[in-house]
Amino acid sequence: MRKRIERQTLHVYLEGELDLHNADELKEAIDIEIDKKGIKNIVLHMEKLTFIDSSGLGVLLGRYKKLLPLGGKLKIANVPPNIYKIMELSGLPKIIEFLPKETA
Amino acid sequence: MKVNKMVFTFSSLPENVTISRMLLSALGSQLNLPINELEELKVAVSEAVSNSIIHGYKNNPEAFVTLEVESSPKKISIQVIDTGCGIPDVKQAMQASYSTDPERMGLGFIFMQSFMDEVKVESEVNRGTKVIMTKYLKNLEPSH
Repeated sequence: MRKRIERQTLHVYLEGELDLHNADELKEAIDIEIDKKGIKNIVLHMEKLTFIDSSGLGVLLGRYKKLLPLGGKLKIANVPPNIYKIMELSGLPKIIEFLPKETA
Repeated sequence: MKVNKMVFTFSSLPENVTISRMLLSALGSQLNLPINELEELKVAVSEAVSNSIIHGYKNNPEAFVTLEVESSPKKISIQVIDTGCGIPDVKQAMQASYSTDPERMGLGFIFMQSFMDEVKVESEVNRGTKVIMTKYLKNLEPSH
């Protein structure tokens, strides 16, 4: 996982698999930026993500919920089709904004 | 008909969710499962094992989860067994968005049911839970 802050927006580049094993690590990595640096806008880049399950989706939903009262936004970019299928079943695309192509 | 059975018992640790999934992934590849079905199988196993660790054992790493897999050319059967706290109301637990934890989505059983052909749950409070899942394999290729 790689992080970058640009114009008050935190960009997180996810890699490999996101499950119970590393869900907390991602949660903490994002929350520290929200809590300590006052980051309100986050873009999660998923082009290198190969797997996600409900533990991973829970982290995404949790960050969305955390940013909402702060007036912030969570966006998701470059989701591979197999990952999107699972997200769709969870209803996540109905509440979280998906960016089709984010070149950064 | 060739039947392949395996039993894998492991500590109730999050990293073993990843390992359980790799085992099923390797088996599915050997059986020439199409890539989308392989993905589905991986999600279903992740959910069942995660449930045992988080809910069955409340993240107690001293406990053990058992994964039993039986494959034949016709189907893959998976059992995920824990001797944890059990589920008081299985019917309720299997409903959409039922979760005991606000950080979680309550999607575990929904994913299992969506991605496997059959899902059965046997559970007894303070005795444990057994999730039995089956995926039927289509006739993938003529053997030659």
